[in-house]
Amino acid sequence: MPNIDLSKTPVRELNAALHRLTPDTNETLWTVSNPGGEHSIAAGVDADITISIQGNAGYYCGGMNKQATIIVEGSAGQGVGENMMSGFIHVKGDASQSAGATGRGGRLIVDGNASARCGISMKGIDIVVKGDIGHLSAFMGQNGRLVVFGEAGDALGDSLYEAHIYVRGPVASLGADCIEKQMRDEHKAELHELLKASGEAFKVDVSDFRRYGSARKLYNFNIDNAGAY
Amino acid sequence: MCGIAGLFIKDPKLEPQLGALLSKMTATLCSRGPDSAGFAIYSAGQDGKTKLTIAGPTPAYDIETAAKRLRDAVAPKAPVATHYSHAVLTLASEQIPKAKAWLEANLPEVDIVSEGQRLEIFKEVGDPDDVAALFGIGGMSGTHGITHTRMATESAVSTDGAHPFSTGADQCLVHNGSLSNHASLRRMLEREGIKIKTQNDSEVAAGYLTKQMRSGQSLEGALKSSLNDLDGFFTFVVGTEKGFGVLRDPIACKPAVMAETDQYVAFASEYKSLAGLPGISSAKVWEPKPATVYFWERT
Repeated sequence: MPNIDLSKTPVRELNAALHRLTPDTNETLWTVSNPGGEHSIAAGVDADITISIQGNAGYYCGGMNKQATIIVEGSAGQGVGENMMSGFIHVKGDASQSAGATGRGGRLIVDGNASARCGISMKGIDIVVKGDIGHLSAFMGQNGRLVVFGEAGDALGDSLYEAHIYVRGPVASLGADCIEKQMRDEHKAELHELLKASGEAFKVDVSDFRRYGSARKLYNFNIDNAGAY
Repeated sequence: MCGIAGLFIKDPKLEPQLGALLSKMTATLCSRGPDSAGFAIYSAGQDGKTKLTIAGPTPAYDIETAAKRLRDAVAPKAPVATHYSHAVLTLASEQIPKAKAWLEANLPEVDIVSEGQRLEIFKEVGDPDDVAALFGIGGMSGTHGITHTRMATESAVSTDGAHPFSTGADQCLVHNGSLSNHASLRRMLEREGIKIKTQNDSEVAAGYLTKQMRSGQSLEGALKSSLNDLDGFFTFVVGTEKGFGVLRDPIACKPAVMAETDQYVAFASEYKSLAGLPGISSAKVWEPKPATVYFWERT
């Protein structure tokens, strides 16, 4: 049970130790104390371990994560879980901009609010935000699911491809080519599974959510749509 | 990049620590801007007196002698305090026009960095930690202050190009971002009689706010108008004699985080910079919203 105190050990050393872990490691529970908003904490981990960060993290916490479970017992700065491939990141406070950006897999849960561009260019990640999200969230989302319990800011899903977006609260405005879609049973089932995986099954009603997706008008260039690009 | 930070103290007990806390906040922002640093400190002021902070063309320039020559010519008993490459003269407010005219005529190489009842600005090229140490920022007390660590993009690495910029009495601004319409705005402001000394886009922003306030707007109103008139990326932290304000552009490209306790309100580009403040673990910490003015004033 390694405990790394970031007030004494540089982040670079922590990350190097995490990167050295082999698949058969017995060091499966790591604690990171005094994170103090340092950047890139537990970035690039590729091991089936759990890392508990005891405070607020800076930029790119858990970026490129593969396999690991990373729990932030505070808030996270820009780009938490950016380009995550697999695994699980749980932020117990708020997340700053670009949470889960370009993520290809795994799951990101934010108990508080996420800021602008949450899930920008997401490519397979599942993101559950229990508070609100900022403007331009899921911009150019290509795959994966974004679930928001609260409100969404302006231009939600701008230039969206195939990501699924579920929002319970009001949406300030939809971005180009993003439309509200019918919530069919298969979507309720999908949302229920996501809520279950986030420990929220039966606590919130799937019927309260509205579904947003791509109108698919911008897939191929069409001069009639020039104003929307 | 660039790093900006500000601290507005609510609890007078913390006032003696203003400089120490601000320089600690800057230390963690060095990686965002290693080219220069600047500090605006609002310390005690006296009614009817104005502080003139002046600097020479290089740190080697004998600013103390220059300041004493200015004093002897204008107000022989006025106090002069030298801080590394800058000197602060405290003059009766009505003597300011005479002092400015004398400087222009006799020491045109000397620059007026700031003017105000309470504001003093210190800025220099070099590593932000070194700059803070050279000016002795850590020992300064005051009610609020703002600071900047610069990564130069729009203009040269020079003392003139360092932030904060002050274009009006007791007003100053630090900027993280870059403005795309600063050239046309500069021409407009110059026509309106606002003097812009450098090629720096941020000085244009400072001048713009000064112009709005001279036209009768409050700082809050001036900040709101800038959302319509300034193009580009910006996070501004501004200071006035009594107040402290924050504004981000509608896209909110540049990072910002704020913290508030009963003792203070703090702003920084990164949380890391706030992590050393007293009571931060129980502070309210949040990200300021885009296109939203945040403002605090001393009562």
